[in-house]
Amino acid sequence: MFEVLRTAVSSLWANKTRSMLTMLGVVIGVGAVIAMVAVGNGASRQMEGVISSMGANMIVLRPGSQNLGGVRQGAGSGATLTLSDIRAIEEECWSIKNVAPQVNTSAQLVFENRNWPSQVIGTTPGFFDIREFQAQKGRLLDGEDERSAAKTAVIGETVARELFGTANPLGRSIRIRNIPFEVVGVLAPKGQSAMGQDQDDTVIVPVTTAQRRLSRSALADAVNSAFIQAKDASMMDSAMTEIRALLRQRHRLSSDREDDFDLRNLTQMLDTMAQAARVMSLLLAAVASISLLVGGIGIMNIMLVSVTERTREIGIRMAIGARRGDIRVQFLLEAMLLSLIGGCAGILLGAGASLAVTKFLQWPTSVSPAAVALAAGFSCFVGVFFGFYPAWKASLLHPIDALRFE
Amino acid sequence: MTRAAVNGSASEIASDVLIEVRDLVKTYRSGDSELRALDGVSFSIRRGEFVAIMGPSGSGKSTTMNMLGCLDSPSGGLYILDGRDVSKLSDNELARVRNVKLGFIFQGFNLLPRLNALDNVALPLVYAGVDAQKRAVRAAEALKKVGLDSRMRHRPNQLSGGQQQRVAIARALVGEAPLILADEPTGNLDTKTSEEIMGLLAGLNAEGKTVVLVTHEPDIAAYASRVLRFKDGKLVEDLRQTPRRVMGNGGGEDV
Repeated sequence: MFEVLRTAVSSLWANKTRSMLTMLGVVIGVGAVIAMVAVGNGASRQMEGVISSMGANMIVLRPGSQNLGGVRQGAGSGATLTLSDIRAIEEECWSIKNVAPQVNTSAQLVFENRNWPSQVIGTTPGFFDIREFQAQKGRLLDGEDERSAAKTAVIGETVARELFGTANPLGRSIRIRNIPFEVVGVLAPKGQSAMGQDQDDTVIVPVTTAQRRLSRSALADAVNSAFIQAKDASMMDSAMTEIRALLRQRHRLSSDREDDFDLRNLTQMLDTMAQAARVMSLLLAAVASISLLVGGIGIMNIMLVSVTERTREIGIRMAIGARRGDIRVQFLLEAMLLSLIGGCAGILLGAGASLAVTKFLQWPTSVSPAAVALAAGFSCFVGVFFGFYPAWKASLLHPIDALRFE
Repeated sequence: MTRAAVNGSASEIASDVLIEVRDLVKTYRSGDSELRALDGVSFSIRRGEFVAIMGPSGSGKSTTMNMLGCLDSPSGGLYILDGRDVSKLSDNELARVRNVKLGFIFQGFNLLPRLNALDNVALPLVYAGVDAQKRAVRAAEALKKVGLDSRMRHRPNQLSGGQQQRVAIARALVGEAPLILADEPTGNLDTKTSEEIMGLLAGLNAEGKTVVLVTHEPDIAAYASRVLRFKDGKLVEDLRQTPRRVMGNGGGEDV
């Protein structure tokens, strides 16, 4: 067996350029499969990360579309949702665990001679639970801040960096729309959201303060949205039904009118996106496999040429005692060697390409051992499959014809 | 010999015959017409004979050689090689027979260009399943015998025609096959080199190898002790002769 291997290596070595070019097909094929699967995996991992960072069993409630003289505006454009609605949901819906209203506004933050634009979220203490925000310095907002509509703020890390640099922001006063707020805490960083937003570029103030002092909404009690967390996954549907019924009743909507609010199962939405990412990665892998297939056909092509070229050699080997099986094994091994070496190089190429994608495009990638094993196995299979026909053809040569071949 | 004298049985006498050919027929089909390349040829060759097969092209001498070499199967008739009927063996069994019983020498040398002399000579032993160390030793011995022990690491393209044919002879010897088949072994060589190669073959014959040679040159056939002449697929003459004396030492100096 060792002898056959040596023969295979030496005959591949004798045609270095050709062997390299043949391998290149497999190298690119395997590399593409691994890189594509890595990109796909990275994307779905990221989605999974987002889902877990969003917190589980999440429902998003937003005001419905506004109807301005028959022209319907987009979802969330209306001001139909109020803090009282949110409080009612919190008190009356038994399937839910936590509710966090949001009054969103963007504003220029000012500290001494520095300023920074950011989004300001007015919310209740439940927000920190639902979104799994924690304080890295100082404290989070509590019920007292909310009741007294205190001018206190918790800032994200990006805001802290932009306004305070390395200085300690705790106890300092920042100005939002010329209203001074005391910084009581800094949030632990969370990184990017699913949409690529910087979740650390934010300021959180009590919802009451936001409504009274920052909001420009016509309706003083209006909120922009609310995150609602169900008690567990099985209660998602009942929670949504309860909320819908309650809000329709509170908004006095007769049965022939549409909801004036918008309820969405966020977890389901993100799951769908993760699913899409997985399908995408499968699709990419399938496309990459085609190039592996093409690489395999390249091997078959070259092996067929090789058999023709070496007909005489085959004849000589047969004349001195090689059996058909020996000839078959020899050519099969050469094809397998081509695809195997190509496969190994392809794994390196694919891993390298994934690293490059992460480094230069900032896309998350993850080279999975399963993809590596799959690509290696597939390239071996390609070698056997596409090597078999030429090898079989070689072994069927008649010794005399092969010897006479010029 | 002693046992043969004691028993005197037919089988012992038969074992003295290396090749036994009976009514050998080979037909090639091309479309509707049928070409009878061999038309009922019978002869036998005893161990230790040096036989030259002669005849014009198309006479069936090459076909006979292919049959004797187990490279082709006859369409009819019987071929008994070393006591075994090889006319109906499978491909694998034929490969085994070629490996163990036969040594080939070709007009075009037919060495593998990528292998050096030693590896070329050792190749039949690879297929015989001999381990690497023994192969190297036996191949070196065979090369020494043909006077090429100083060029074992040379590749065929680094050797002259005569030297390449010596490597081929060493390859035919290495398996210790009883029968050496030479198909126009001097066809590509000049007169002087031809004489050296024939001297080598005659020397091997003197050591007990049976040599069967195909040639169309009377000068070369003169080295044989028996000439089989073919014409139109039939054996037309079976002549015993006094072989030509070998000039000098065939295994001697390199060309």
